[in-house]
Amino acid sequence: MAELILETHGLMKRFGGLVATDTLSIDVRPGELHALIGPNGAGKTTLIGLLTGEIRPDAGHIVFLGQDISRLSVAARARRGLARSFQIVQVLDDDTALANVALAVQAHAGHSFRFWRNAAEDDALLGPARALLDSVGLGPARWNSRVGDLSHGERKVLELAMSLAAKPRLLLLDEPMAGLGASESLRMTETLRALKGSIPMLLVEHDMDAVFALADRITVMVYGRAIASGSAADIRADPAVQEAYLAEEHG
Amino acid sequence: MRDRILLGLLFVLAAALPFMAEATGTPATTGIATQIVCFAIAAASLNLLIGHGGLVSFGHAAYFGLGAYVVGILWEHFRLNEPLLGVIPGTNQLLITLPLAMLVAGLAATVIGALSLRTSGVQFIMITLAFAQMVFFLFVGLKQYGGDDGLVVRRRNLVPGLDLRDQMQLYWLCLGLLVAWLFVLHRIVGSRFGRVLEGIRQNERRMAATGISTYSYKLVAFIVSGVGCGMAGALMANYLRFVSPDMMSWQRSGDLMVMVILGGMGTLLGPVLGAAGLVGLEYALGGVTEHWQFILGPILLFVVLFARGGLMGLFGFGRRHG
Repeated sequence: MAELILETHGLMKRFGGLVATDTLSIDVRPGELHALIGPNGAGKTTLIGLLTGEIRPDAGHIVFLGQDISRLSVAARARRGLARSFQIVQVLDDDTALANVALAVQAHAGHSFRFWRNAAEDDALLGPARALLDSVGLGPARWNSRVGDLSHGERKVLELAMSLAAKPRLLLLDEPMAGLGASESLRMTETLRALKGSIPMLLVEHDMDAVFALADRITVMVYGRAIASGSAADIRADPAVQEAYLAEEHG
Repeated sequence: MRDRILLGLLFVLAAALPFMAEATGTPATTGIATQIVCFAIAAASLNLLIGHGGLVSFGHAAYFGLGAYVVGILWEHFRLNEPLLGVIPGTNQLLITLPLAMLVAGLAATVIGALSLRTSGVQFIMITLAFAQMVFFLFVGLKQYGGDDGLVVRRRNLVPGLDLRDQMQLYWLCLGLLVAWLFVLHRIVGSRFGRVLEGIRQNERRMAATGISTYSYKLVAFIVSGVGCGMAGALMANYLRFVSPDMMSWQRSGDLMVMVILGGMGTLLGPVLGAAGLVGLEYALGGVTEHWQFILGPILLFVVLFARGGLMGLFGFGRRHG
């Protein structure tokens, strides 16, 4: 069996009396799109925080590409190839779309302690940035728009392009469909489908159409635990999953 | 292109200012302009942090004051012909005192920045202020160098080929250094380093997620701005021929912040305009009433409320978008 991209062992996080992540062990295999679903409050966003390093676990380990990254900073994990998107888009609103991606390219190109040459005219940054924007479907007409003026959907794909600039070994996607209209959501699904296979992805998503369309494997989380894991068909048929979702709809 | 012509024109005007002052019979203007230029160097340095890095330091007068004290203390030892700590001889050579002032300010900024940058937001503002107050009281306590009363530097530093006793020559030297420093800052802001700094200001979380360890970038920016303030302080000490702890009081730190905000954060000439505005207003209003700050307050309020980009925004030169 090929080496796992990501694995967690007995990951644990408490917030006061609330157990947000309860001895969770999940993994992502090479080339796989692994979707993580679950009712609100299941601890999906906490898990993303733990994986990226924004939240420190109380117990357990995170192994990425065979190495324990549990103690590494957010930036150090990102440099090892762990890229992410945010539930609420995090981009540089005052800059242009092109400048945003160019900065992400620059971050991947090594340290930025270069104080003299004009970065805004550096083709080593702009070339890859343009190609990335093209690849996610943000056309040249929008490249020089201020990001704060872009639509929500455009900002989502811009953020995706920034994540891809790092040539990630794993992409953590925190609700990429959130807030998108039906057609934007379809386009995002197509964009992710095109990336599938080349980059392993862990997808946290509420949009079940997208999840069932994209995922190779689905894990269902409830109260910080993984209650089921398997193919789309397995998950649909799983009684524990049905109960969890029905319970939420009735509650 | 339009900007370049305007910049050139501004420079010619600034360079010709002493002649205009003579011609209009107000030679004191050159002195005021020298002060403005010194403050502009400090404010432009602080702008790198506040305007481009989003790091609001409320203690930058400390580096300004340290730069000034390097000139003062070296003069004192030169005058007494007594080496500092028994080893470092005093000097009145600007080519030594000025780089040394920048070095000392930079070292202080390294230590204070390294500690302060472990915090952020309001905590960062307070801790930079606290460190500046420590430096302030350290110099109040240094009776050897005049304590509260400060030190008189009887003669300005010497520079080969220049005579700084001549008000005009000192002004031109300061102006030249301001222009050079603005150019350096302009290059830094546009460089890869500057882009990272700008990214930190806008969204530090995104920068970390992109793989950038923001701390070291913030620290380097902090040091650069400290070095600039040290240079400004050394020049101011030469202009005033006097240094005192008052130069590093928290009110002076506040003045520098006001200059940056008044002129326009994150712009090249904003801090220069801010320095000119604040010092100019102080002189203009000070002539009308001793309660001039009573008038200054509403003016600041007006600029902050109605010109979000400061004076630069008011004149249509807002922050650039990368």
